[in-house]
Amino acid sequence: MLRQIEGSQAVATAVQLCRPEVISAYPISPQTHIVEALSDRVRTGELAGCEYLMVESEFGALSACIGSSGAGARSYTATSSQGLLFMAEALFNASGLGLPIVMTVANRAIGAPINIWNDHSDSMSMRDSGWIQLFARSNQEAVELHIQAFRLAETLSVPVMVCMDGFVLTHAFEAVDLPSQEQVDAFLPPFVPQQSLDPRDPVTIGAMVGPEAFAEVKYLMHAKQVAALDEIPRISEDFAATFGRDSGGLVRPYRLDDAETVVVALGSVLGTVEEVVDAMREEGVRFGALAISCFRPWPLEEVREALSGAKRVVVVEKAFAVGAGGIVGQNTRLALSGLPTEVYNVVAGLGGRPITQASLHGLFADVVEARLDPRRLHFLDLDVALVERELARAGQGRRSGPHAENMLRDLGVVASGSV
Amino acid sequence: MAFQEIKLYQVGTSVVGNRLLDPEHRTAQARMGRSNTLTSGHRACQGCGEALGARYVLDAAMRATGGNMVAVNSTGCLEVFSTPYPESSWQLPWLHSLFGNGPAVAAGVAAALKAKGREDIRVVGQAGDGGTVDIGFGCLSGMFERNDDVLFVCYDNQGYMNTGVQRSSATPPAARTANTKAIGPEAGNVFGQGKNVPRIAMAHEIPYVATATVADLHDLEAKVEKAMTFRGARYLHVLVPCPLGWGANSADTIRVARLAKESGIFPVFEGERGEVTAVSKIRRQVPVEDYLRLQKRYAHLFANGAAGRPDIVARLQEEADRNIARYGLLGGEL
Amino acid sequence: MFAVRIHGRGGQGAVTAAEMLSVAAFDEGRHAQAFPTFGSERTGAPVVSFCRIDDRPIRLREPISHPDALIVQDPTLLHQVNLFAGLKPDGFLLVNTSRSLADLGIAELAGAFDVRRVATVPATELAREHLGRPLPNAALLGGFAALTGEVSLTAVTKAILDRFAGAVGAGNVKAAEAAFDHVLASAGARAAEVR
Ligand SMILES: Cc1ncc(C[n+]2csc(CCOP(=O)(O)OP(=O)(O)O)c2C)c(N)n1
Ligand code: SF4
Ligand SMILES: [Mg+2]
Repeated sequence: MLRQIEGSQAVATAVQLCRPEVISAYPISPQTHIVEALSDRVRTGELAGCEYLMVESEFGALSACIGSSGAGARSYTATSSQGLLFMAEALFNASGLGLPIVMTVANRAIGAPINIWNDHSDSMSMRDSGWIQLFARSNQEAVELHIQAFRLAETLSVPVMVCMDGFVLTHAFEAVDLPSQEQVDAFLPPFVPQQSLDPRDPVTIGAMVGPEAFAEVKYLMHAKQVAALDEIPRISEDFAATFGRDSGGLVRPYRLDDAETVVVALGSVLGTVEEVVDAMREEGVRFGALAISCFRPWPLEEVREALSGAKRVVVVEKAFAVGAGGIVGQNTRLALSGLPTEVYNVVAGLGGRPITQASLHGLFADVVEARLDPRRLHFLDLDVALVERELARAGQGRRSGPHAENMLRDLGVVASGSV
Repeated sequence: MAFQEIKLYQVGTSVVGNRLLDPEHRTAQARMGRSNTLTSGHRACQGCGEALGARYVLDAAMRATGGNMVAVNSTGCLEVFSTPYPESSWQLPWLHSLFGNGPAVAAGVAAALKAKGREDIRVVGQAGDGGTVDIGFGCLSGMFERNDDVLFVCYDNQGYMNTGVQRSSATPPAARTANTKAIGPEAGNVFGQGKNVPRIAMAHEIPYVATATVADLHDLEAKVEKAMTFRGARYLHVLVPCPLGWGANSADTIRVARLAKESGIFPVFEGERGEVTAVSKIRRQVPVEDYLRLQKRYAHLFANGAAGRPDIVARLQEEADRNIARYGLLGGEL
Repeated sequence: MFAVRIHGRGGQGAVTAAEMLSVAAFDEGRHAQAFPTFGSERTGAPVVSFCRIDDRPIRLREPISHPDALIVQDPTLLHQVNLFAGLKPDGFLLVNTSRSLADLGIAELAGAFDVRRVATVPATELAREHLGRPLPNAALLGGFAALTGEVSLTAVTKAILDRFAGAVGAGNVKAAEAAFDHVLASAGARAAEVR
């Protein structure tokens, strides 16, 4: 049914339709609306057969999911930012144990400086935690990715993170076509765990493994992720057959045929990117875009194939590896190794800074007219003067004070937010 | 089979699950049908109090639940010595996740069973003192305050044994550990620190809290069985001497545990919904010194010839006396 | 595309207003997207929310810097925030006040815009009268329908009832209708001014 609905409510409904048996979560902006809605529905009985645990921390939230998933229950949690980091140890544990937990990450920046707004630093920091990472471009896609995520997780017995941009998607009201319970039931069979704590068939889960077999266990984790590269497109096809909607998959091309310059990005910014691609095309510049729907596992072959016709690739990403460079950019370069394609790596939208059509348009023009050095990491809309003034202050003596507060004072603004 | 008549006083706390008793009075361990939940072949040290405690606790819980039980274990000696790859000593469904999340994982298992309508299957969580009172404390408190249907058992050997005997917040004052060595002006662990988690558990007003030692295994089993008659969060704190970490003779584990109780340094009691409901009285009071002298972790208190540190021994005796007064451990009916 | 920016203060319902506006547009078969500026939601803090309305799917995700219409929920913001930034010369301006723009000291600023597209409405007073509480957001949507014709009053009242049940919904609808009438009635006067 097509409804004008907040992204968080739509995702809560999608999760509800997947019939989770245990939900365990800890509040953090901007994930809150999702879990509040789910706790309401458990209370009213609208979401029946489900236990909702109000835990004391994100670490506890995911730990409870580890227990419940280990006991054979379909388990769900959601978090953002600091919460995802607070879960870090349990993230690796859940994937190491092969527990098919599904989690929404309402993407938000990581402090310090504390910031509640959107970027991808949180998910990216956990890219190697052994979780599959799917990124939604819109709330419609977020809904569909959650339904596919449960199926994927349970098919392969791996945990899956569905990443959606905090506020930009979670708090946006837009039309979403919500599937029916019958459709979801037809697509997502009841959970049959690969391993389960059952007194009739007692197993030990989580034993210590030494050098004799540790590498093999880890290799199997890798093999599962590689298998996901086949499974994800298959599930996407099945999804289309059941719901009549095309979504999911590994990558999503936009006007790639004959494109000379291709923009690679993840998440909700693709909408704006597509607008600018259209504008560039109208100006006679052959632009296209490639959405990375699945960042982990990294669809190296698919990315290489999609980009092989391009002269230049502009990776626009909402996170970076401090001191090293872009993250999606590095992965893209790896996919293109041996090809003459130039890769421009641009960091944008950090801490909620809007990525505007105007800025993207300017950036793309710079790329096409060779005004950008592809060997450097670029920061979209960076206030260079502000940075330089602060460096000058810092250069004047040791006790120049904290950068963040100095720069805010310089700008004359006050940061505010519900944390 | 004929049974030997034995004197009444032997039936109680001084007898370890012996086979001379009437079957009704035997421990779960002494019965043919014991479940051997933690079976032989594990790699614990000789005389490990934690292995003994876990075996009694889990077998008693298995008996109480008819074998319908799941265990969750935090990282620590018990987890490491029981699951050397590719073997496992566990004869029940057993899940180990991390060091600091045992109570939350157990709560998750309980939630799953509830969602599935399988509340007949009970959940026991277990950890060392580090996994319970330090790194797992937040999760433990959360599990308590939500009153999740979990019996959580802390095997208190008063230190981080698995990583080589470091101090935990359950390490008693003056005890030497790898990072509270008997060096400097204040030798061993300092006074005035640490926390009393059984009392903190009671402050959550959960249905049942108890302490026990591996010296009185009848009492330990009885408390486990009693705990399993309650629904909701329950906490059992068991003193389990660690021969390695305490520098005690492997053959003295039970004796050391008994002296901890008989000196009053480790009070044994039960509480329900925040109130103490029963205490195990001291049978034959002994000075704390008798307890301390068996353990090399206190050797610095008695070293340097005759001098030693009688002042510190006296402070420890004061702590025992305080427990005796607070819980009324002396006198009255046994 | 028709882009609306709403300026209010935390607690006045600026975010809810944008959401209800998007629901009203959706109800009339159009595509709509509402979203807040996020974070500073504490009572009294300046809040901005946005709504885009279009006849085709909306892909843009950036905040609205060049609105076609501006709704000012709290005139005390007029001197604090650069409210009119980016408002197109032929844009619509709806201000919640019982005073005149001249009294508010912004006659000159507002003078830059087409007088037929500028309106005031005492939404707080209307809300107090019909709802019993000084929450101007629903009333302003009624005024917005009258001023711009982007959505119908029927769609606005439906969206209000969709969000608020019972007496609160009914009171908000009454306030919206009153604001609608007020803006329509004053339209004649404004048209006369042009002539
Ligand atoms: C997050 C984390 N920090 C530290 C460790 C290392 N570690 C493993 S077990 C342990 C101590 C266990 O102490 P306790 O819980 O008292 O159990 P014991 O071994 O004494 O039975 C430590 C410090 C760990 N596994 N995980
Ligand atoms: S170190 Fe202590 S607790 Fe660990 S196995 Fe040995 S005796 Fe048991
Ligand atoms: Mg210990």
